[in-house]
Amino acid sequence: MFVLAESAAPLVQPTSADGVFTLLWLVIALPLLGAAILLIGGPLAKGRLDKVAHLIGVALPVLSFLLSLVLFIALLGRDSDNRQVGQHLYMWFEAGGLKVGADLLYDPLSALFLLLVTGVGSLIHIYSIGYMEHDPRRPRFFGYMNLFVASMLTLVLAANYLGVFLGWEGVGVASYLLIGFWQYKHSAASAAKKAFLINRVGDIGFSLAIGLFFVTFGTTDFTTISANADKVSEGTMTALGLLLLLAACGKSAQVPLQSWLLDAMEGPTPVSALIHAATMVTAGVYLVVRSNFVFDYAPHARTVVVIVASVTLLWGAIIGCAKDDIKKALAGSTMSQIGYMLLGAGIGVAGYPFAIFHLLTHGFFKANMFLGAGSVMHGMNDDVDMRRYGALSRAMPVTFLTFSMGYLAIIGFPGFSGFWSKDKIIEVALTQNWVVGVLAMLGAGITGFYMSRLMFMTFFSQKRWADGVHPHESPAVMTIPLIVLAALSVLGGVMLAGDWIVNFLEPVTGTPPEESPPIPALMISVIVVLIVAVGVAIAYYMYQRQAVPRQAPQDVSFATRAARAELYGDQINDVLVVNPGGHLVNGLVQFDRHVVDGVVEGTALGVGGTGSIVRLTQTGFVRSYALSLLAGAVLVVVALLAVNIA
Amino acid sequence: MTPYVVLSSILFTIGCVGVLTRRNAIVVFMCVELMLNASNLALVAFAKQNGNLDGQIAAFFVMVVAAAEVVVGLAIIMTIFRTRRSASVDDASLLKY
Repeated sequence: MFVLAESAAPLVQPTSADGVFTLLWLVIALPLLGAAILLIGGPLAKGRLDKVAHLIGVALPVLSFLLSLVLFIALLGRDSDNRQVGQHLYMWFEAGGLKVGADLLYDPLSALFLLLVTGVGSLIHIYSIGYMEHDPRRPRFFGYMNLFVASMLTLVLAANYLGVFLGWEGVGVASYLLIGFWQYKHSAASAAKKAFLINRVGDIGFSLAIGLFFVTFGTTDFTTISANADKVSEGTMTALGLLLLLAACGKSAQVPLQSWLLDAMEGPTPVSALIHAATMVTAGVYLVVRSNFVFDYAPHARTVVVIVASVTLLWGAIIGCAKDDIKKALAGSTMSQIGYMLLGAGIGVAGYPFAIFHLLTHGFFKANMFLGAGSVMHGMNDDVDMRRYGALSRAMPVTFLTFSMGYLAIIGFPGFSGFWSKDKIIEVALTQNWVVGVLAMLGAGITGFYMSRLMFMTFFSQKRWADGVHPHESPAVMTIPLIVLAALSVLGGVMLAGDWIVNFLEPVTGTPPEESPPIPALMISVIVVLIVAVGVAIAYYMYQRQAVPRQAPQDVSFATRAARAELYGDQINDVLVVNPGGHLVNGLVQFDRHVVDGVVEGTALGVGGTGSIVRLTQTGFVRSYALSLLAGAVLVVVALLAVNIA
Repeated sequence: MTPYVVLSSILFTIGCVGVLTRRNAIVVFMCVELMLNASNLALVAFAKQNGNLDGQIAAFFVMVVAAAEVVVGLAIIMTIFRTRRSASVDDASLLKY
């Protein structure tokens, strides 16, 4: 199915940081400083910091963004084959043969991520000022958000897998803290726990992969591993690829570790936008693309990646079709879009740049739509049920217009950013394997349907507002980030102009092979647009021409019921893992209680019982003791005699 | 040689039967002494026969132990008699299960 790419060239040895690049560490340090001030200094200052907390929380990520921008411009000023910059901060730890430095690697891939994380992150921080205005714990919220940004930047800047793991766990903790930010709600607390636990499953894969890297290569540095990648057997590479895929599945909510993402929507909406749409959940895609030197030599692992991605892109899309909770519908869509990215990444050298391209455009339009959904909730008294929305386009014109840009981008309306990025992935998929390509096309059609459903139910059709709800436009501090993100959603496609992103990423991901799809690219675009149009038309017919009931209808088909239950993801987990695990633990408890404790208690009982019988010989009569003494002496004499005679 | 051993055996048996059958603590005590001296007699007799002093030294040790035992034993019997007005070994049977 997949041929080995001939262009699996090792990474260029990074030049050590000079000039402006010596400030690279500051990109991470700034938001980390913000987190320290807000999370440690805030409680110490006993509330005196609260007035300025949001300003600190916004200023430091923005500074980090400006620095990223300067670094990016400096990187563009270099030759395309000299764009790897390494910075050795200090020796992190040494244990035997394992030497791990706190090293940063700034190359085209991490440069793009830096811009995405700090740029979209800053916008979402600004938006949060308005969204979290009435929350008494807003300083803490900004502290957690800054911690997240710092961890995510560590993840994408680290020059070795252990550094990535540090950031990986850091974003996991931040995600846990932020999903459960309103921890007094039971649903939020358990959603946070669920996300944390399912991510642990993926992390097992990551830690085993790191161990295997060390055993195989003696190091976890990207450059050293990629330089020696061709000397390792394909079996090892396949194992590494599958372990990394497991890690990616956990973080990026791919089947079979997908079920935490929809519950994670319990967190505040800016969190959903930043962590569970734009950045953290795409870390799995980053991991696969970053490990291209592994996957290039592991075609079987890539096949598995493609299968997982294809299943997830349909799985998420189907869930998105049936959810009435606007955030959960968007979360299903996120799963599905990450499936597209992973599909691109799984295809290999030809797909890596487009996976990253779609990741960036998705970061723009999905953050835009999540923030838009937050703006809608803000105006609707925090109601998330789309069945009680309707006709909001008049009440919230700015939110409506910006959301529409995101909507047109995600369904792939020609010219919008999502059109270019999704089209490229479908094209590459079709080139490699027509089954996967057709599935991706089908996914695009379903995307058209569920996003139009969301659009019609929220902004069009008829008013179904609950009593006492007076929708109003959000304040400027919330709408300005929406406008910026909307502009990016529209214009994100320029990155593809003249294949810029492909050429830019070439030093990291390799030279794409010269292959053309079985049918002309233009034809594919036309077919995809037609399929999407069908999806939109069905949604128009079902949710605009027909009245939307305020209560979700109960007499629905099995397919709808299954989609509402998230395709029984939780039930599958229960049957396959949770219940057997519970039975196993119960069995062990019974074993401990009856067998282990039984042996101990039985021994004690036996000794005690014997003692209580034997003690009866202690009569207190001296003469009876004397008699037994005599008997003993006679016995010894008889025994000696017997031995002597024999 | 034989008469010494026979005498020793007779004395030992008398002492042994006395310890097992008599209740008066003083008498039991005397019988214990009788057994110790019976064994002393045997030790000395065998030492004479073997022509070395090993048995005689052992006899001295037995005498020292017996003297110490008399001191402690008589003191105990005295104390018991003072509190209970009885020297019967069967009466002093509280230390049991």
